[in-house]
Amino acid sequence: MPELSYREAVRDALSQAMRNDEDVFIMGEDIAEMGGSMGVTQGMLEEFGPDRVRNTPISEMAIVGSGIGAAIQGMRPVVEVMYEDFLTISMEQIVNQAAKHRYMSGGQLKVPLTIRTQGGAGWSPGAQHAQQVEAWFVGVPGLKVVFASTPSDVRGLLWSAIYDDNPVIFFEHRTLYGLKEELAEEIEPIPIGQARVHRQGEDVTVVATGRLVHEALAAAEEAGQQGVSVEVVDPRTLQPLDEDAIVASVKKTNRCVVAHEAVTRMGFGAEVAAVVQHQAFDWLDAPVERVGAKFTPLPFAPVMEEYVVPHATDVLEAIQKTVQRDGSS
Amino acid sequence: MATEPTTTPQTLTSELALQMYEQMRRIRSFEERVNDLYRSAKMPGLAHLYIGEEAVAVGVCSALHRDDYITSTHRGHGHCLAKGASIERMFCELLGKEAGYCHGKGGSMHIADHEHGNLGANAIVGGSTGIATGAAFSAKSRRTGQVAVCFFGEGALGQGVLYEVMNMASLWQLPVIYVCEQNFYNEYTHYSETTAGEVAARPAAFGIPEEEVDGQDVRAVFDAACRAVERARSGGGPAFLTCATYRFHGHHVGDIDRGYYRSKDEEEQWRRRDPVEILAAWLVDRGIADRSKLERVDENLAAEIAAAADAALEAPYPDPREVNEHVYA
Ligand SMILES: Cc1ncc(C[n+]2csc(CCOP(=O)(O)OP(=O)(O)O)c2C)c(N)n1
Repeated sequence: MPELSYREAVRDALSQAMRNDEDVFIMGEDIAEMGGSMGVTQGMLEEFGPDRVRNTPISEMAIVGSGIGAAIQGMRPVVEVMYEDFLTISMEQIVNQAAKHRYMSGGQLKVPLTIRTQGGAGWSPGAQHAQQVEAWFVGVPGLKVVFASTPSDVRGLLWSAIYDDNPVIFFEHRTLYGLKEELAEEIEPIPIGQARVHRQGEDVTVVATGRLVHEALAAAEEAGQQGVSVEVVDPRTLQPLDEDAIVASVKKTNRCVVAHEAVTRMGFGAEVAAVVQHQAFDWLDAPVERVGAKFTPLPFAPVMEEYVVPHATDVLEAIQKTVQRDGSS
Repeated sequence: MATEPTTTPQTLTSELALQMYEQMRRIRSFEERVNDLYRSAKMPGLAHLYIGEEAVAVGVCSALHRDDYITSTHRGHGHCLAKGASIERMFCELLGKEAGYCHGKGGSMHIADHEHGNLGANAIVGGSTGIATGAAFSAKSRRTGQVAVCFFGEGALGQGVLYEVMNMASLWQLPVIYVCEQNFYNEYTHYSETTAGEVAARPAAFGIPEEEVDGQDVRAVFDAACRAVERARSGGGPAFLTCATYRFHGHHVGDIDRGYYRSKDEEEQWRRRDPVEILAAWLVDRGIADRSKLERVDENLAAEIAAAADAALEAPYPDPREVNEHVYA
């Protein structure tokens, strides 16, 4: 089995879908000759030509808007918004148009559009190039939201996103592009709405997304040395959410930590905590702990950036808090 | 709509011409050092060098008063320095030090220097066009006589907000000057692939006077800027300058192999039109300075830059706990 990086896995899903289906095309800023600012679409221009691998003006509103129009006509556009910070510019088109045309038309129209974007801290890009905004979209009925954390997940989920008949906001994390994994040639689609249990455990469930999945796995390793058995669950799709998998895990471990790189307040973890307290209230031995970024824009200086965003040590601390609390068992 | 050159409100004295030379040189040397610091991994994040485009910032800012406003871009070092920023505080900011303009919170792409009317560099393409227009609004409402200059690259012609604010500025006759730094590339894509029609037709559509200027000739930029500033200050409304120029380096410091999007030949042709050299030749030709005098200027600057960079390298980092400051006023 070939080893693919997260970057190559994204490219592989795009390329296979484009070979498979004339209606799939990609567009975005600098994605053709340059292969995108993260190198994801490198080489695709040569294979598919400029009509299907299209450079756009620096016009995020129009990139998404025209993607919506083409999607409504039955094409399956995959548009790239270079940084998730720039989704703000296309917000109107995403929230008022992409999300709602199915509904407003009483089911006449559908919008099979995929919006790929990426972001994340860890390289001092400053406040306008690294925030994590996935939670904003979870509260918009009509949108699906995916955040994949491994090469196999990103490939299988992107495939499903492309073939989903709804608009999907597809988040990639910048620091994961180099991550490698052995993958079969043939893509195995991963259903949207299915969580993945990365590691089984007995004492605490950590529900983590994006980069924090890997931080959580590192924390779980460390906790294991200290005699605490941690289960790590990655929802992978934030909307729809696999509530059953999360609740089942918490009913087993009786403790829960939620972790993501976005700010804690109103972060995706807030929704998970609500689901857990409501559906597993009687099983909980400790309050749900939340791990996320401090409530500030991202500062530039590495010492500050490092301090603002969460790391494995923060997840470990949260795990310890939940076990230090004396449960009923 | 090209305007007829009217009388130049400010004359280019020998003294001013020499100051312009020194300022362009300062930007050049500052950035050469920035490039070294990045290459030697001493600077975090990203930097977009302005080398090659110095005549635009210096020509325009020389036509401004200290309390006039500018807004800048991701390629902003030249604008900041030309508007009066201190090199040491700039270096400190780029290195993420406490003594930087933004206490390490901003970095290369976000230098703001309110004392000199610099309302901030901006990492969002087109992101500062509203701010410059609003600053001009405040100047007009309060009758302060100030003007605002909005620097942007031609890539911002793709952003809708630019057209919205130009419409307003013309309707309300605001004292704002839109300075388009036409360096022919939006990152790694030639602007002809992203920009339909003529640049000049855009301001013309809103009835905004437009001038096309040789952006390598600081005297030409200065003259055009003086005309636009004079008109704006005396209630004549907005203007638009298109300055044809070229970035000698990559899109950012890491963009080394550029062969796939622009030719060595093209780069060499532009390097022959080095703005610093063009002014130097004119100064010598006019007998305002001889080569040895200019060399002394260069040497003094080299010493100034070296001292500032050394001081910045030694300067302390901010206390990470300061991240919580300045989130709110
Ligand atoms: C809204 C937005 N979209 C995309 C980007 C990514 N980006 C940064 S610089 C750039 C190209 C800008 O070209 P131009 O405006 O001509 O300025 P130049 O870099 O040539 O000075 C792009 C696309 C961004 N910063 N902001």
